[in-house]
Amino acid sequence: MITADHLTRRYGDFTAVGNVTFEARPGLVTGFLGPNGAGKSTTMRMLCGLTPVTSGTAHVLGMPFRELTNPGRRVGVLLDASAQHAGRTGREALTVSAMLMGVGRRRVTEVLDLVGLTPKEADRRVRGYSLGMRQRLGIANALLGEPEVLILDEPANGLDPAGIRWMRDLLRDFVRSGGTVLLSSHLLHEVEKVADEIVVIGNGRIVAQGSTEFLLSHSQRSLEDLFLDLTADVSRDAAAPATHESTRENAR
Amino acid sequence: MTAIPFTRLTLVEWRKQLDTRAGLWLLISIALITAAVLAVMAFIGEGATSFEALYFGTSTPIGLLLPVVGILAATSEWSQRTGLITFTLEPRRTRVGLAKLVAALGSGIAFFAVAVALAAVFHLAVVAFTDARAAWEISAGALWGGLLLTVIYMAQGVAFGALIQNTAGAIVAFFALPTSFSLVGSLVGGLRDVMPWIDLGTATEPLLFDAGAMTGEQWAHVATSSAIWLLLPLTLGLIRIARSEIKSA
Repeated sequence: MITADHLTRRYGDFTAVGNVTFEARPGLVTGFLGPNGAGKSTTMRMLCGLTPVTSGTAHVLGMPFRELTNPGRRVGVLLDASAQHAGRTGREALTVSAMLMGVGRRRVTEVLDLVGLTPKEADRRVRGYSLGMRQRLGIANALLGEPEVLILDEPANGLDPAGIRWMRDLLRDFVRSGGTVLLSSHLLHEVEKVADEIVVIGNGRIVAQGSTEFLLSHSQRSLEDLFLDLTADVSRDAAAPATHESTRENAR
Repeated sequence: MTAIPFTRLTLVEWRKQLDTRAGLWLLISIALITAAVLAVMAFIGEGATSFEALYFGTSTPIGLLLPVVGILAATSEWSQRTGLITFTLEPRRTRVGLAKLVAALGSGIAFFAVAVALAAVFHLAVVAFTDARAAWEISAGALWGGLLLTVIYMAQGVAFGALIQNTAGAIVAFFALPTSFSLVGSLVGGLRDVMPWIDLGTATEPLLFDAGAMTGEQWAHVATSSAIWLLLPLTLGLIRIARSEIKSA
């Protein structure tokens, strides 16, 4: 379970995230959808206790992330696949995380296998990895501690179509066994296919949220049109949060 | 879920200092440079071939280069952007900072032992290959004074790295600030008397030669100047690590 309650982050006069309220529940994939710069990453960093909140609260598994002890065993996080030490091998990067969490080395081999990085690839330095390989390494790192919750920022970036398909299956399996997934994306078709619930964010504010089914049937158009309308809307129209409220009511 | 034990955190931070080519080669390079300095002293220089003289010879490369290991231990979370992972796996960031400090001090102490061993090896070589006579006398105070000096400079490196969070900036500040401070102190007449109290370089000078023979006032110099150049930046650095925003770019 992930809960964001009136989450706000301001940088000087600029509101990167304003009054964002949503839930990601167990057993569901929640898609966090928005164009670049909409505030997705800032929100996710606030959920993980990396970015201090200006106001509002963020809870993961019922408490602020920073109060979790050994959070790697409960929450798998991938915020930026490129944020790895270029000079470490993929296997070494995972070994460092595994040691910290206190899971055995065997688990490193298991997750490498799970994300489809071969032993040879795992022993290469991250410097030489493609973005797709870095994403797989990042997902392996998130899965290492056998968590109940996954928080993934743009995990599909750089994956080839087969990789995207693979990740979709992986996330569906994960929630089927009771896990919670929050994943962000600007790839609308991908979110549409994998998410049970969608939260749409534009210019730091939530512009729509509800079940994928509802958001699709409500607009009678593709989610892409809805998404583009909503995000275009918010830049012109300051009254957008009203849209969000009404959409939200209807979704229940 | 039980909290991550501090020893585990420290061992992981130690591993992170050594598990890249850059980190490992930095230490190997410092050892090679130290050996090169000793080789010059032992076989090219005149007279300074006793174990004690060679041991003193290691202090310059150690004092100059080893703190960079401490600086890198602290700044790499930012320069390599690994902070996103590190601080989500252990959100108690002050513990991570302290683990980095302890791990860096561990490297410092290990390296000090390597330097003493190198000095001994070169002294043996000098005795074997030249007509110099064996001279192993050294005061215990010189040894543990040197160890304390290594620990102080290593901790100072971590402190500057934690405070500045940028490798190049931290290295420049680490070398330029104390040096220019000493320079100003030597030029401004009124400062000359108080310099041992506020300048770490001046205060720690007697440590290396014989810490056992130091007066109470000299120890007080070490304490006050360490408070200014080590404890203050370390405290501010830990506060900065705990409060700052961890971003990937």
